[in-house]
Amino acid sequence: MTIQAIQEEIIDEFSMFDDWDERFQYVIDLGKSLPLVDDQFKTDDNIIKGCQSKVWLHAEENDGNLVFTADSDAIITKGIIAVLIRTFSNQKPKDILEADTSFIDQIGLKEQLSPTRANGLVSMIKQIKLYALGFEAKNN
Amino acid sequence: MFDIQKVRADFPILSQKVNGKPLVYFDNGATSQKPQVVIDAISKYYSEINANIHRGVHTLSQLATDAYEESRLKIQKHINAQFSHEVLFTAGTTHGINLVANGFASILKPGDEVLVSALEHHSNIVPWQMLCEKTGAILKVIPMNLEGELIQSEYDKLLSDKTKIVTVNHISNALGTINPIREMIAKARKFDAAILIDGAQATPHLKPDVQDLDCDFYVFSGHKICAPTGTGILYGKEAWLNKLPPYQGGGEMIKEVTFEKTTYAELPHKFEAGTPNISGGIVLGVAIDYMNEVGFENIQKQEKMLLEYATKKLLEIQGLKIYGTSSQKTSVVSFNIEGIHPYDIGTIIDKKGIAVRTGHHCAQPIMSFFQIPGTIRASFSFYNTTEEIDLMVDAIKKAQAMLS
Repeated sequence: MTIQAIQEEIIDEFSMFDDWDERFQYVIDLGKSLPLVDDQFKTDDNIIKGCQSKVWLHAEENDGNLVFTADSDAIITKGIIAVLIRTFSNQKPKDILEADTSFIDQIGLKEQLSPTRANGLVSMIKQIKLYALGFEAKNN
Repeated sequence: MFDIQKVRADFPILSQKVNGKPLVYFDNGATSQKPQVVIDAISKYYSEINANIHRGVHTLSQLATDAYEESRLKIQKHINAQFSHEVLFTAGTTHGINLVANGFASILKPGDEVLVSALEHHSNIVPWQMLCEKTGAILKVIPMNLEGELIQSEYDKLLSDKTKIVTVNHISNALGTINPIREMIAKARKFDAAILIDGAQATPHLKPDVQDLDCDFYVFSGHKICAPTGTGILYGKEAWLNKLPPYQGGGEMIKEVTFEKTTYAELPHKFEAGTPNISGGIVLGVAIDYMNEVGFENIQKQEKMLLEYATKKLLEIQGLKIYGTSSQKTSVVSFNIEGIHPYDIGTIIDKKGIAVRTGHHCAQPIMSFFQIPGTIRASFSFYNTTEEIDLMVDAIKKAQAMLS
């Protein structure tokens, strides 16, 4: 599935919710079900320290695609990570570099990706893009 | 007579809705809300007397200068400083601390010691670390116990002839502990060490008497006591302020400038280079008048009641732990709920209109001490109510149910 198709699917899923309670509950449930980063990859090299919560991000290459696993100490952050991983993981580096995250606005979670929120998510997206850039450069 | 509804009506922001819910503002430790008299005074300044101060012969400049200096006198009286020139306008607590720390660069020698406490805000740690890096002085830390109190016997051990300055907060921002600064100042005196008190979290709750305390420096921010942001005060004893070199060069702080040599102005102007925050300085006086009108006795009574009520109600929540359990505490409750990250609670209760602070509160060493990523901090002001605390407690219970 293309990144755009996945994002449309997510927008569709979130459109079922009438209020923020339900939306957040869904994000929390996603956070709880997020596959964790293997402990061996929860290293200081993989940590992204936000002021409010921490994020661990690990990247691997699989058949020309980039596979991401991530974790956070805060469950809401983790839920958003689940949404982001779903769109960015298992994609071609080039597609990752071209993708944007404006769909987050459409699912009513815009403030979670605000740089001032300091939960580590903005840095995580930056890091995902950097990985994509690195793998793309390496493969060319 | 303290009438809470009347007091609340003074603050237009309190009747606002946030995320469709009535605002419950419990982030007073970060900044206070502003009463209408303060908001009006800002507008009045710019509508009627805006001019640069201390230099114009024209009427407006004179009016602005008079208002600014009158405000300094008010603040002198408020903190009971001996002289008005011991009261310096700053941009806030951080500015005041940096000014003093910078001045000590010309005093400290390698091996001299600077004592800070484990309870400090980063702004009362980092400037001293920078000072020590610059001078070769050594930074020592007064430790705290599990209640969040400074261990006085350890302080005694750390004090020596090498101690050149002790810097400690009057009240901890993260935990609300009221430090026994009177005793701590007296102890520092015995070793001829200077002592700076960070009063940022104290001045919203009490009126410091700097002569009675006998501290060398006392710093605080305007924005936490109903005044605009970018305002603050550094009180310094005359002898110390004469001894310290100027912090910034520029206009206003000079007596005579030639390319060969500049002589500096008298106090307080020596430390007030450039055009200051004139309206802010004037309005800080208005805010202090307002606080005194409400009355610090009333403020303390209301806040004590809120602290006791909130502590009781919060402890009814299963798995909730309060950090900072000293018997000497101001109206701050810092807490966590077992198994839940503070960020998650803060995010959900924000959606219910409740404004609290989450995170490390710019006091990472305290969080490291308790081995936690941060806390949720509810800090109450005299304009808060028990009904608001009920709303917060309900919101936390709801968040807890969603998250577990």
